[in-house]
Amino acid sequence: MVSKLKRQFGSGIEALTYLGQNYLNVDRSLIPNLLKILCDEEQFGYCVDITAVHYPKRERQFDILWILYSFERNERMRVKTQVADGEHIPSVVSIWSTANWLEREAYDMFGIQFDGHPDLKRILLPDGWKGHPLRKDYGIIQQDQEWVQINLGIESGQ
Amino acid sequence: MTEPTSTASQLDLDESNKTYLDANELILNMGPQHPATHGVLRVILKLDGEKVLGLECVIGYLHRGVEKIAENRTYTMFNPYVDRMDYVAAVSNGLGYCEAVEKLLNIEAPDRANYVRVILTELNRIASHQLWLGTHALDIGAMTPLFYTFRDREEILKIFEKYCGARLTTHAFRIGGCQYETYEGFEKDVKKFVAFVAPKIDEYEELLTTNRIWVERTKNVGVISAKDCIGLGVTGPVLRASGVKWDLRKKQPYAAYSKFDFEIPTGQNGDTYDRYLVRMAEMRQSLRIIQQAVDSIPEGPIMAKVPKVMKPPVGEIYHSIEAPKGELGYFIVSDGSTQPYRIRVRPPSFVNLQALDLMCRGQLIADVIAVIGTLDIVLGEVDR
Repeated sequence: MVSKLKRQFGSGIEALTYLGQNYLNVDRSLIPNLLKILCDEEQFGYCVDITAVHYPKRERQFDILWILYSFERNERMRVKTQVADGEHIPSVVSIWSTANWLEREAYDMFGIQFDGHPDLKRILLPDGWKGHPLRKDYGIIQQDQEWVQINLGIESGQ
Repeated sequence: MTEPTSTASQLDLDESNKTYLDANELILNMGPQHPATHGVLRVILKLDGEKVLGLECVIGYLHRGVEKIAENRTYTMFNPYVDRMDYVAAVSNGLGYCEAVEKLLNIEAPDRANYVRVILTELNRIASHQLWLGTHALDIGAMTPLFYTFRDREEILKIFEKYCGARLTTHAFRIGGCQYETYEGFEKDVKKFVAFVAPKIDEYEELLTTNRIWVERTKNVGVISAKDCIGLGVTGPVLRASGVKWDLRKKQPYAAYSKFDFEIPTGQNGDTYDRYLVRMAEMRQSLRIIQQAVDSIPEGPIMAKVPKVMKPPVGEIYHSIEAPKGELGYFIVSDGSTQPYRIRVRPPSFVNLQALDLMCRGQLIADVIAVIGTLDIVLGEVDR
């Protein structure tokens, strides 16, 4: 499968294995075409999870991950790409409808913009909240004081 | 239930166009403080009379930032936090987390620990399903099952309490095995429980399976096809009730599950009634697993040799288990230090809840309650 994908997409794909788990490190430009092919042609019909990891010291600060599963092959696959802060990434809601909430959560927690998402807004935090808590520069007791004062009527949430 | 003729069809409006603005369209807010939403779930319903045209879930009221907390704790310290997500199935949460970290550390729990893990996890699955059945039936209007299921669930909680001192947020497992050896008489208690609860499950079924009101309220309510389930990432009993024979305990066995003989119950119609039948059958299968495990539990250590300071090598891992509600996954990134660089929890309730909109369209308001119940969500896990 990997060699077939490599032939199709050229050098932007790196296939790796760690602790028996396969993952593809791919170039950002291959998203979403590569994911679409994995879904349609390689039977990865179930998108388990979409998430991100923040590396503030890197130039391209965010890892975005799609964890996929194929019922036919009983196999998992992770697809990973890197984006810079503020850089947009295409949404995969049209491929897997489950991506809707998962992308909203990634946006909420990391501030990653998904292009083509039908309704990209916060999901766990309130709509007016400032900041994205799972970024490494967001402190563990940090809060949006202004939001807390206006909406909860208290000086501080701590 | 028979549907009343909708005002929209009387006016000869296009039914397929759900966005039309009609004087009869009503926005109704349900929750977040509503007894039938099983916690703090807010649902904004778009109604035509009593018929649901669409809905939106507003979640996050119980958000505690579990994933952020994880980045500021060591691997061992974070272990009790996972119990607070799906608090009615705390043991499953712990199992998934401990196994994921064990994989990352390249250690294996001893055989005996795996057997104890299976027994406790399956007991917890029964407890979770019992709680689901009681509250789901109560939502629909059958009060009696609640008393029956809570009475019997108590016996499971007693075993947990005797084993590790806690009833709900058990923190039963440790990375590398189980901290506690089983107590004197554990096997006897478990066997006694299996013999005690098997006829009780028949009793629940007697109350409901052929009960006309129950059947009317659940058959063809909240139907979801297998294709929609997969597209929406819905797993667990909901997926199986739509006819997909998929269970991680069989497909990618973990702990000691490969050693036991059990079936994966499935349904055909993907409606609320089938989901009820699937969960009832699952409880019986869990009893089978417990029986086999307790009969063949091996002797030996309960804890593997684990370093005092856990520093998994740099790398990442995704490990998932079949929790009572569906696929519960942990994605852990290690940077080689004592604290995880990132932990992502893939919660089954959160993903399953997304199907609520699709399942409720065209149904009545009363059915929304039935569908929320049948999805078996725990808001602690949805919001984390």
